[in-house]
Amino acid sequence: MDMKVSFGGLSLKNPILTASGTFGYGLEYTRFGELATLGGIVVKGLSLEPRVGNPMPRIAETPSGMLNAIGLQNIGVRNFVEKRLPKLPADQMAVIANLYACSAEEFAELAGYLSEQPGVAALEVNISCPNVSSGGILFGQDPKMAARVTEAVKRRAGDKPVIIKLSPNVTDITEIARAAAGAGADILCLINTLSGMAVDARTRRPRLANVIGGLSGPAIKPVALRCVHQVSRAVDVPIIGVGGIASAEDVLEFILVGAHAIQVGTANFIRPDFVFRLVDELERLCEAYGITSFDEYRGSLRL
Amino acid sequence: MTRFGKEGFDGDFFELVLEHPDPQSPAWRNWKPGQFVMVRPTAWEHNPLWGRPFSIYRADEDGLSVFFQIVGRGTERLAKLEPGDEVTVWGPLGNTFAVREDAPTLILAGGIGLAPFAEYVRRHPHPENLKVVFGHRPPVECYPLAKMAERVSCQSCRETCPADLDDFIALLGRVIPDYCRDGLVLACGPMPFLKTVQRIVAEHGGKAQLSLENRMACGVGACLGCVCDHKEEGPVSVCARGPVFWSDEITF
Ligand SMILES: Cc1cc2nc3c(=O)[nH]c(=O)nc-3n(C[C@H](O)[C@H](O)[C@H](O)COP(=O)(O)OP(=O)(O)OC[C@H]3O[C@@H](n4cnc5c(N)ncnc54)[C@H](O)[C@@H]3O)c2cc1C
Ligand SMILES: Cc1cc2nc3c(=O)[nH]c(=O)nc-3n(C[C@H](O)[C@H](O)[C@H](O)COP(=O)(O)O)c2cc1C
Ligand code: FES
Repeated sequence: MDMKVSFGGLSLKNPILTASGTFGYGLEYTRFGELATLGGIVVKGLSLEPRVGNPMPRIAETPSGMLNAIGLQNIGVRNFVEKRLPKLPADQMAVIANLYACSAEEFAELAGYLSEQPGVAALEVNISCPNVSSGGILFGQDPKMAARVTEAVKRRAGDKPVIIKLSPNVTDITEIARAAAGAGADILCLINTLSGMAVDARTRRPRLANVIGGLSGPAIKPVALRCVHQVSRAVDVPIIGVGGIASAEDVLEFILVGAHAIQVGTANFIRPDFVFRLVDELERLCEAYGITSFDEYRGSLRL
Repeated sequence: MTRFGKEGFDGDFFELVLEHPDPQSPAWRNWKPGQFVMVRPTAWEHNPLWGRPFSIYRADEDGLSVFFQIVGRGTERLAKLEPGDEVTVWGPLGNTFAVREDAPTLILAGGIGLAPFAEYVRRHPHPENLKVVFGHRPPVECYPLAKMAERVSCQSCRETCPADLDDFIALLGRVIPDYCRDGLVLACGPMPFLKTVQRIVAEHGGKAQLSLENRMACGVGACLGCVCDHKEEGPVSVCARGPVFWSDEITF
């Protein structure tokens, strides 16, 4: 079947992307498969200046999941564009830059710089930074701030599609989704990690130096599915689904509730060639289920 | 497909022999001691989630093997694998220990930290230049030391009470100075042991190569979960930039 998908100004040869922070800058995985077989990759969150991230330990295993508090360690946006981007097959798959900043102005500056880079297919905005000036609330938890960041990025993004990545750590995710959509988001991506913690009963210590971290992996799939389902009914903006996807069956479930594409995160750690194999597996499963068009299958959940 | 052996080792120690992933690939043909593999039985499904890193104990036409100790739920289940069980393995990963053919080389191993040195010793062109000092708690029969002792000089120190640890540290203090400036010192073992080696070599104006065993998820430098503090480069992935570092490059 035709695996191509087009939505929100983005055209992909198939709906499979890798999730930010779980696939490095792409080059780490070239020995396990051909990047060009993927719809695209989303690179580790980029900030204006390089960041060192949080103290160790920063990852912990949990049942069917993991917690991370990497703290957005990254090489900075200029290093990425100069040293990594030229090595990626950007003409054969989408390279999506994930942006991280702590003010609308910084986000806009990142967007302005990246909008001029021909190898970058789209900008994904991670609005999980606490905005210190307004008392530590996350951008992604306040509709007004989410809208402000979306507008600021849109203004500087040129013709690059803007993806706003939402946090599930809110009472009503449709509220934030509406705010981002109203401010001009081309695509919504959901979800980012769920806030969680793990402790050691014997040593009486938290398992992460940061105490609290983000939960990801198969354990969060039901939450992610629910979010995609709710948001796809609330707003008329295409959605990229992410959260716990670990099989072709999972991919179809996300498309069924309304996603145009999906991202694979933690499953890359289960086996490093997972996402490359997923492309074929998805095609085979579509055949087995008699699915001939994603456009027709998308959102066809029977309620 | 796995073959699975426990020959010659007591207690919670196993040699897991696996079918070789790809003996003809250049990466495998050129693998070197110090490198490691990520191992993950398919039957784990989603729990435990991550593969487990192990030093390559041996890799040749007959198979790939790792030597491991049961410490938790992952290794517990690895020990129960049966022939025919499917295992995902990725590697060889990481960098390797230096080899200086003509330099006196001191190998310091703490417990299961002995594993990467079995093949180092077997391959070294001048075994007469090697000396192994091995500190351990379980009986020495649990470890593959006897085979190494056929080729090189080995000294084993068992810790049965706290005073033994002081004796072992004193021993390190005596042997290290002879090697850490003009020769080569290599160490692998638990973190407190590596810290002690780092301190002693620094006191004598020398350095050692330390192999770190940080907790890993991806094993390929993608998740940034396993970093250590590099003095010049900041946090670097132990899996991709290491696991072997010069002792003066990093801070614990
Ligand atoms: C590069 C590298 C090479 C290694 N080589 C070997 C080897 O050759 N043989 C071998 O037996 N082990 C080796 N290890 C350690 C091995 O990976 C761990 O023992 C294993 O992952 C523990 O898994 P588990 O599920 O049994 O333990 P868990 O249930 O995850 O944890 C149980 C206990 O083990 C400790 N532990 C967990 N992970 C590690 C770790 N990475 N290092 C040290 N302690 C840990 C935990 O602190 C905890 O106390 C190596 C580690 C690395 C990073
Ligand atoms: C180690 C790690 C690092 C991550 N880093 C980022 C990041 O830099 N930016 C971002 O938007 N999301 C980041 N995420 C979140 C993922 O992109 C994804 O939204 C989340 O893990 C849920 O998907 P999964 O269950 O498939 O992993 C990270 C996740 C993990 C596990
Ligand atoms: S384990 Fe992922 S970066 Fe080292």
